[in-house]
Amino acid sequence: MKISIRNLCKSFSDVAAIDAISLDIASGELLALLGPSGSGKTTLLRAIAGLEPIDHGRILFGEIDATRLSVQERRVGFVFQQYALFKHMDVLDNITFGLRVRKRRDRPAREEIRRRGLELLDLVQLAGLEARYPNQLSGGQRQRVALARALAIEPRVLLLDEPFGALDAKVRKELRVWLRQLHDETGYTTIFVTHDQEEALDLADRVVVMNAGRVEQVDTPEGIRQRPATPFVADFIESSRRDEPPPTPPSNVTPFVRAV
Amino acid sequence: MSAAALRTQRSVTSEPAIVRWLLIAIVLAFLAVFLLLPFIAVFVQAFASGAKAYFAALHDADALAAIKLTLITAFFAVLLNTVFGIAAAWAIAKFEFRGKNFLITLIDLPFSVSPVIAGLVFILLFGSRGWFGGWLSEHDVKIVFALPGLVLATVFVTFPFVARELIPLMQAQGSDEEYAALTLGASGWQMFWRVTLPNIRWGLLYGILLCNARAMGEFGAVSVVSGHIRGVSNTMPLHVEVLYNDYKFAAAFAVASLLALLAFVTLGLKTLLEWRHGDELAALRGHR
Repeated sequence: MKISIRNLCKSFSDVAAIDAISLDIASGELLALLGPSGSGKTTLLRAIAGLEPIDHGRILFGEIDATRLSVQERRVGFVFQQYALFKHMDVLDNITFGLRVRKRRDRPAREEIRRRGLELLDLVQLAGLEARYPNQLSGGQRQRVALARALAIEPRVLLLDEPFGALDAKVRKELRVWLRQLHDETGYTTIFVTHDQEEALDLADRVVVMNAGRVEQVDTPEGIRQRPATPFVADFIESSRRDEPPPTPPSNVTPFVRAV
Repeated sequence: MSAAALRTQRSVTSEPAIVRWLLIAIVLAFLAVFLLLPFIAVFVQAFASGAKAYFAALHDADALAAIKLTLITAFFAVLLNTVFGIAAAWAIAKFEFRGKNFLITLIDLPFSVSPVIAGLVFILLFGSRGWFGGWLSEHDVKIVFALPGLVLATVFVTFPFVARELIPLMQAQGSDEEYAALTLGASGWQMFWRVTLPNIRWGLLYGILLCNARAMGEFGAVSVVSGHIRGVSNTMPLHVEVLYNDYKFAAAFAVASLLALLAFVTLGLKTLLEWRHGDELAALRGHR
């Protein structure tokens, strides 16, 4: 589904987190929101999902004005940075949650729900792990469960917040390749947030470079590499090439001082 | 082995053996005098006139009425405080608003106010000469010296327990799972029953347990609003006092032994919870 963002504004106590952003995302596109922390990329993603109320502007899903829809009505597949799997449910129950909470008349039969859950588990290459609990899975496996859970509701758009942020470097590279394949197979319009320029340029069809709530450049990875539109983009691509920034620590963990 | 080798094996924070033993001995002596001895004394006194007298005292009509009243009062107080505790913890953990710290202080208020004051407040409000007393008697509603008054006083005294357990737990868990449930199409109600409540269930149970123990044992606040009508508005702690003042020591201690047993059961369940779900409960105290 085509996603259009029109003049979107959002500020937190007088500081603009998103400053009049307009953006068009083609149906089936894989788009990266790239920027340093505080650039507004996660706020934009949450605004699209309806998790963050906005001040001005409109968000369109195809022809539908999503700005008027509640979180539930928007039907977006959101994968959280820390996955936010339901700790007390097994993998299959996690994946089928979106089907099980539907109103009775829209809800598939129990066997059908189970069948679809197992099918999705197969799609994310975790067949056989349906009875495990989230704390019995590795980080990469949790990531895949979160993705399968988001896909279960047949979302209009798939939104991923730092999808590889909490994984170690090796798993990150593997999952990146796999996510690209999955995207090409399923064809969902996908937007993901990252602070890692390599990840964005490697994976996305187009990259949106953000800084201080504004869009600096929207282009293909080739275009960004060869024709940075602003000094900021040139500097950000260059500096992150020199040394990758550390992954942002999860919010509930005290930041530690890195030894240099 | 040389003394130097021994010294390096010992952890830097541990004390010499004699200091450790001394500390442990002091703690044990303290516990024996202040906890174990009174506990034994209650049961010795309760059975002083034999087992038959013990059970007769518990079968007494007034005693049975007191037990029943205590159970009913505790049931309503715990129910109300469970709802209140969840609501308060939800508001404090999941939302940002002005006056949040003031609200947390208010929740702790019953810990710092004398229970007698808590009882008096309700007399002043709902008593026959209280603010609403006239209206209440016109409409034939009895609050003071009746069950509603007992429940109100007990609710006041016990309302920090559930909220206090849940606030740090819900703060530590954050809201991502709730957000996830919403994006997957769950209504607010479904989110609460299927995601929020299962995540806090052991902390909640722990809070309810402590709340219940206090609700059944409360004396001061209940004493003020009860009116001490035997067989009608006397709870177990009040009944113990009445029996004791009547020189019925064995009967007084028999009823008291039930309250002591309640403490024992609470302690047992609490230990069981901590043993089975220690991780989650430790998280709620902020030291993992």
